[in-house]
Amino acid sequence: MNNPLRLLALPRLTPRVLHVWQRNRDVFVKTYRVNFLPPFLEPILYLLSLGFGVGSFIPEIAGVSYAQYIAPALVSISIMNAGFFECTYASYVRMYYQKTYDAIIATPLTIDEVIVGEILWGATRAFINTVIMLPVLFLFGVLDLPWSLFVIPFAFLAGFLFASIGMCFTAMTPGIDTLNLPTFLFITPMFLFSGTFFPLTLLPKFVQYLAVALLPLTHVVTVIRSLTLGTPSPLLPFSLVWLTVATVLVFLLAVNLMKRRLVI
Amino acid sequence: MAPVIEATGLTKRFGDLVAVDHVTFRVEQGEVFGFLGPNGAGKTTTMRMIQCVSPKTEGSLQVFGMEVEGHESEIKRQIGVVPQENNLDPDFTVYKNLLVYARYFDIPLPEAEATIQELLTFVELSEKRDTPIEKLSGGMKRRLILARALINRPRLLILDEPTVGLDPQARHLIWERLREIRNRGNTIVLTTHYLEEAERLCDRLVIMDRGGILVEGPPRELVKRHAGTHVVEADDTPQVRACLDRLGARYEPMGELLQAYTDTPRDVTRALVGECQMGHVAARPATLEDVFLRLTGRKLRE
Ligand SMILES: Nc1ncnc2c1ncn2[C@@H]1O[C@H](COP(=O)(O)OP(=O)(O)OP(=O)(O)O)[C@@H](O)[C@H]1O
Ligand SMILES: [Mg+2]
Repeated sequence: MNNPLRLLALPRLTPRVLHVWQRNRDVFVKTYRVNFLPPFLEPILYLLSLGFGVGSFIPEIAGVSYAQYIAPALVSISIMNAGFFECTYASYVRMYYQKTYDAIIATPLTIDEVIVGEILWGATRAFINTVIMLPVLFLFGVLDLPWSLFVIPFAFLAGFLFASIGMCFTAMTPGIDTLNLPTFLFITPMFLFSGTFFPLTLLPKFVQYLAVALLPLTHVVTVIRSLTLGTPSPLLPFSLVWLTVATVLVFLLAVNLMKRRLVI
Repeated sequence: MAPVIEATGLTKRFGDLVAVDHVTFRVEQGEVFGFLGPNGAGKTTTMRMIQCVSPKTEGSLQVFGMEVEGHESEIKRQIGVVPQENNLDPDFTVYKNLLVYARYFDIPLPEAEATIQELLTFVELSEKRDTPIEKLSGGMKRRLILARALINRPRLLILDEPTVGLDPQARHLIWERLREIRNRGNTIVLTTHYLEEAERLCDRLVIMDRGGILVEGPPRELVKRHAGTHVVEADDTPQVRACLDRLGARYEPMGELLQAYTDTPRDVTRALVGECQMGHVAARPATLEDVFLRLTGRKLRE
């Protein structure tokens, strides 16, 4: 592993990847009641308190109502949380405590396939959350159609990025407690300072640059807000390129960091 | 016929630690082959290399005539594994555990269902079909893991301490099942700390220590070669030593006793009791345990 480029080696995959995804889906379906409730209730609570509560003091923001402004942010945050937490705490429990990975790699599946299956599942969780949230938001009248429908496929891709980011931390964390660090130092600031609840332009210039350069949520919010409002942001093309490059790099990094941890 | 496993100079290092140190062995089709050795000897590490989940550092390792490196999935498709640590899926029931595992092998659903039925009967868990894993006893978990390892009808079954922590009934059930599996022509590789288990099950075995193989052979032969047919035990006193020296017997101190290894226990006992006037003398058939302790010493391993 002396050559840093080896951290970007391509995984070798077969369709068996899907069996890892299916395993997680089966667990998810078994406990579906608990799983479906949060993405259903969360947007309602946020919209009522922030969108219509705080929003009643804000006549207009960037040309739209405050509820319209934060609706795409709520979707983006849900995607981020679904992907990231699935592939940090949940994956760590499966890897370390349940020895699920050990059991799977005793079959024809490779460690590459296990990791990719896990990331695909994290992306799927983001996708499911979005599919549940969108009709709720639509009923609140904060979505533009038909553009908002494109949020659904995009949710899977954005979820894939956050799942890969989570997997990188899982590969490096010494224990489950230290997963709190990326949560507080990375996820929480991102939740607040990615143009989610107020425009980035209110921040000092260099913080804006940092947010655009380093925070994936900034770009996810840009894309989703362009879609739910039906008006493309000037940053949209850049955000799409940024997300594509980041997804490829972080995904490859996640697989190889995990291999470094697990192949001993 | 080509051997099922052939290892030559097989070595595994973890940093500076040499866990498996240039071991060479062959496992033939249809035999039960045992790995014995104190804690940390390198048994699990060897199993994990054969299972294609841990890459070797040096040497060559072939399974089913294929070099392990580069043929992982092909080899893994034909082996079944009972790991040292239980790793059943706690999110599922007994039945679902087997079903999900069958899917990893791309076994079509109807075939998987039939096989599971058969395997649950085989390990006597049919009643527990819908029980969640956490409600199983240790012995039931071990039996379920055995069933899981058989789901793909493996040519080679690898068991890392299959009967650890089991009561005698459960252990006998597993032994019986392993014999049945062997009788169908499959190959079994197992590690164990129960020397009686090794003596009963293994056609051949190796004793490992500190990463190396000390001896190899059929259990009876190893006992005969390294401990004789019998062991005569007497108190460790200078008189007994002198007496045994006079008889020309091989002996070793074991705690407060002297153990003499002999093929003529009657003569040795008679001499000790009669000529040397010794009080406490006992003779018993030699076992694999005598060989094991002689070769690996009595000291506790870390
Ligand atoms: N992942 C690892 N990293 C570093 N050292 C390891 C690792 N796995 C095993 N070892 C070391 O390798 C040596 C052999 O371990 P191994 O687990 O193969 O022993 P074993 O014969 O199976 O022992 P036991 O009877 O206790 O199961 C030990 O010294 C152990 O500490
Ligand atoms: Mg072991």
